[in-house]
Amino acid sequence: MAEKEVKLMKGNEVIAHAAIRYGCDGYFGYPITPQSEVMETLMELKPWETTGMVVLQAESEISSINMVYGGASTGKRVMTSSSSPGISLMAEGLSYLAGAELPCLVVNCQRGGPGLGTIQPSQGDYFQACKGGGHGDYHLIVLAPNSVQEMNDFVGLGFDLAFKYRNPAMILADGAIGQMMEKVVLDPQRPRRSNEEIAAECKSWAAYGKPADRERNVVTSLELKSEVMEQINLRLQEKYKALEENEVRYEAIDCDDAEYVIVAFGSSARICSATVEMARAEGIKVGLLRPITLYPFPTKVLAEMAQRGVKGFLSAELNAGQMVEDVRLAVNGKAPVEHYGRQGGMLFAPDEVLNALKEKLINKK
Amino acid sequence: MKETLIIAGFGGQGVLSMGKILAYSGVMQDYEVTWMPSYGPEMRGGTANVTVILSDKKISSPIAHEFDTAIILNQQSMEKFEPMVKPGGVLIYDTNGITRHPVRTDISVYTIDATAECARMGQAKLFNTMILGGYLKVRPVVKMENVMVGLKKSLPERAWKMLPQNEEAIKHGGEIIKKIR
Repeated sequence: MAEKEVKLMKGNEVIAHAAIRYGCDGYFGYPITPQSEVMETLMELKPWETTGMVVLQAESEISSINMVYGGASTGKRVMTSSSSPGISLMAEGLSYLAGAELPCLVVNCQRGGPGLGTIQPSQGDYFQACKGGGHGDYHLIVLAPNSVQEMNDFVGLGFDLAFKYRNPAMILADGAIGQMMEKVVLDPQRPRRSNEEIAAECKSWAAYGKPADRERNVVTSLELKSEVMEQINLRLQEKYKALEENEVRYEAIDCDDAEYVIVAFGSSARICSATVEMARAEGIKVGLLRPITLYPFPTKVLAEMAQRGVKGFLSAELNAGQMVEDVRLAVNGKAPVEHYGRQGGMLFAPDEVLNALKEKLINKK
Repeated sequence: MKETLIIAGFGGQGVLSMGKILAYSGVMQDYEVTWMPSYGPEMRGGTANVTVILSDKKISSPIAHEFDTAIILNQQSMEKFEPMVKPGGVLIYDTNGITRHPVRTDISVYTIDATAECARMGQAKLFNTMILGGYLKVRPVVKMENVMVGLKKSLPERAWKMLPQNEEAIKHGGEIIKKIR
């Protein structure tokens, strides 16, 4: 392997490089700020001339997600990316992908809503990503990168988890992570999977053409017999249970002796890691719990912290209070849980979060 | 070492690319770097700014509300960012188009008349590297040899023929920057 080269890139550009290097088979997208650099970079890199990866600008986000459905049905590694309003358009397709148990990768570089809202960063799509967005009982696997490097790393992780569990995976980034440049080490180029490898991996379900030695595979989310549909629902729930048991990922910073714990993900977690440094400099024992998987959520570690005697939790999010509900469920009344947030594309500064922590928890009688 | 810098001016002045050259220079010196731009409508004909952080340690927050150094290239940015310089910090500005000069006495203030100098030389495109040179004279956070590599790495290949002029502009910027207080 060649020596790893350090590059300086935007998060969005890295998504494009990482997709090609992972051996992605197809990208289907439609431009929207603040994530348009994903497809722009793919168009510049022209992977169809090198790896054979397809890059196609669809006529809308609805088309993009349904092209993803088609590609995923054949066992190919396919993806799309958009920003919040575009993801809303994809909601039906996401539910269908989850229902048909199709693996794929979706990147949401969030902006402020509701509606067209603003093009500045936000984390207002936590509910949409983790609690549905589309209809029916389903979950996406949701990964929250907090650096440009993780934008690279989670492309591979997202695809791997999606195929392991036959479930759509989402990278829930935001305008700050997408637009920011940082150092990144890209992965080495992997070849795209051959037809034989896809047949071996996806034989039981993918519709890549019926060979003589098996029955035909049918990819659908439709089942009109309720008795059968209930069994499908139960099987999906078993899968989500396995995800919750095996795939929870988080980062705990200075949590071992912490009296107060800030819970934050993505760009907020970066800001809050500076809050922890400021608090520690003042002699206040504060830690940061950063969920890396938003679904499955790190419920158990938060419950353990509450059990251990953490005096309070502050969920710091760039929204009106969404993840805080999952923190409250995990803490289950054993300690106070408060929320601090900014909205509309505004970012909080580290000292703002520290002030909120003092006001809402530390100095509260 | 940690330097938190804001560069702010009009879209088209090369604010974002100046930040990128500095960030890439930092990469060449094995620093951790973040480059966080303003993006969207304010870039299109309005104000543009970028926050660049260079550090020998992992950078926690890429977002800052106070800066070690501010490079200010228009009046709107003066109003917004002069108050956000840390006490003891540095403010560098081009006097062109500035109607209200900085008033703070707890920071070091420098002027660099790069707009006028570039007009005199007939080389408007060298504006941002000249400013960068002035900044590096005052705050030598990156070695000049690394700046030259950072400059090349951050420019597209089609612009490499302009490298010698830009290198000269960086050096010249260091000569024309003046300390006010």
